[in-house]
Amino acid sequence: MSAEYILEVKNLKQYFPVTTGFMKTTLLKAVDDVSFSIKPGETLGMVGESGCGKTTVGRSLMHLYHKTGGDVFFDGIKIEKGATLAAFRKRAQIVFQDPYSSLNPRMTVGDIIAEPIDVHRLAASKKDRDARIGELIQMVGLSSEQATRYAHEFSGGQRQRIGIARALASNPDFIVADEPVSALDVSIQAQVINMLEDLQDKLKLAYLLIAHDLSVVKHISNRIAVMYLGKLVELAPANELHRHPAHPYTQALLSAVPIPDPQKSRESKRIMLSGDVPSPLNAPSGCAFRTRCAMAGASCAEAVPPLREIAPGHFAACVKI
Amino acid sequence: MALLEVRDLKTSFFTPMGEIKAVDGVSFDLDKGRVLGIVGESGSGKSVSAYSILQILTPPGKVVGGSVKFNGDELVGASEKKIRDIRGNRISIIFQDPMTSLTPVFTIGNQLMEAILLHTDRNKKEARARAVEMLGLVGINDPERRMGQYSFELSGGMRQRVMIAMALACEPDILIADEPTTALDVTIQAQIIELMTELQHKLGMAIIMITHDLGVIASICDEVIVMYAGKVCERGTADQIFYNPKHEYTKGLLRSIPNIESDDKERLIPISGMPLDMLHMPAGCAFAPRCDRAMKICLTSQPQEYFVAQDHISACWVNIQEGIQSGLIKLDENGGVKV
Repeated sequence: MSAEYILEVKNLKQYFPVTTGFMKTTLLKAVDDVSFSIKPGETLGMVGESGCGKTTVGRSLMHLYHKTGGDVFFDGIKIEKGATLAAFRKRAQIVFQDPYSSLNPRMTVGDIIAEPIDVHRLAASKKDRDARIGELIQMVGLSSEQATRYAHEFSGGQRQRIGIARALASNPDFIVADEPVSALDVSIQAQVINMLEDLQDKLKLAYLLIAHDLSVVKHISNRIAVMYLGKLVELAPANELHRHPAHPYTQALLSAVPIPDPQKSRESKRIMLSGDVPSPLNAPSGCAFRTRCAMAGASCAEAVPPLREIAPGHFAACVKI
Repeated sequence: MALLEVRDLKTSFFTPMGEIKAVDGVSFDLDKGRVLGIVGESGSGKSVSAYSILQILTPPGKVVGGSVKFNGDELVGASEKKIRDIRGNRISIIFQDPMTSLTPVFTIGNQLMEAILLHTDRNKKEARARAVEMLGLVGINDPERRMGQYSFELSGGMRQRVMIAMALACEPDILIADEPTTALDVTIQAQIIELMTELQHKLGMAIIMITHDLGVIASICDEVIVMYAGKVCERGTADQIFYNPKHEYTKGLLRSIPNIESDDKERLIPISGMPLDMLHMPAGCAFAPRCDRAMKICLTSQPQEYFVAQDHISACWVNIQEGIQSGLIKLDENGGVKV
């Protein structure tokens, strides 16, 4: 069975109870009513500042948390507890941000990579399993002898490759890559980005790429979603978003990216946002961005602006557009 | 005479596994009112260079050679008292992590006033007024109230502003900023860089900006030093480094960053290989094992720093070879370079 979208997320909500006083808890709305979909073989980039909920979206849709609300459809099938979830977990994998803490130091690299194979019983024999480990480890540019070593013997870039090999072990169709390169040095970052692109071409993978570095996201994504305080504020094809950012937050975010070019940097006009991101525990009424927005008016405080299509395939959540 | 003259600075860490030459022969000048960027990957020695200048290394780190002259005064081997007069007063530093560089047990005001009381003749009341003034200068609203707050009550961007206020309270001649925006979000990073540029124009201090982000370098620096494995690969004006890079490592770095301006998906050209193991340094150029244009000599002998243009230095055998071919440099009988 195949659907137009490999993954559909509808009205995803993830709230966390936070103790805010004696016998008092408040709900922190980390992800609030987020919907998007990803086509097979497509890369959707997700950007936003720290605390905007981008990582939570990834983890919540992977069912690593008990989501508060909303539905996730994979290949047209709604994911619920039991059989659909087990099948989903085989076909959807996640690569974590920190290559230092996401690999078990007591397991050999081979065993780490083979864990999804063991969990989903994908290998018929020991020989089969070893062959698959060798294949995976070579796929990410390491050599098969290294399978018997431990994670601490590898550099950051190599560890991230191991994490990617593990994610590929169950032959997934979809991978959530949560800041896959942000812990790496620039020269190593490019190696891993190229590898992610090559693997996508070869294995027809769809990615949800979560990152705060806009240059990286723009480079590998087909479409980009921008989050602010738990909500999607804009979603558009990568080039369109870069050329015609519609939401004031996206405009400010893009103009704040330092350009590695002194001439352009001198000429560029930056949109300076005043102040900090408000605490998600007491988010402003209406549009969450209005406290820092130059265009904000009285109407912005009234209701949460819905995400609407302002051009074909270009969605933005702002009443002023 | 330059404001700060660093000559052949060498700093090593003496670990049980052996000596790590974290900074190995770094030289540069910094003039009044200039912004110098030091860029490099983790472990390239950029932060250790700064700590060596201020003598704030902790064992097993130790400056083992070279000289650092501030206004003509030697700082390497100077007495602790003399260094204390300069550190935090004439040369200030702000650190990468604003979360841990402020103590949570004293108020912001208390910490700000400490530096002022220590280094100036101001009395407590005047120091307080100065602290409030500094908080206002770095764009913190309601500075009077903030004076009584603790660091954990402030956001990351705010804390970095407090750090800047503290560093600038004594009107230093040099501000060393060690990855000041790495822990911050882009929109806050833009605010802090804007603030630093503005204060630099207003107060006329020199800045040493240490970062791994070439975008940050491009947006603020006049001159740039590119470091790799404890050595300076290339040094030049920002325009020279970005538009006319000479060293193969600099070229590789610039090629490997994605360009947000381009619409087509060009493939990135990464630098091959892995970062260096500083315990086992190669005999020749440290970058040679990762360099596409490495020659025989690169593997056996370390390249000298060589002027490729005015104010533009590169330490790369490929450049030296090009210089020999064009007749600009000659080799002496020992194989040394004569310019």
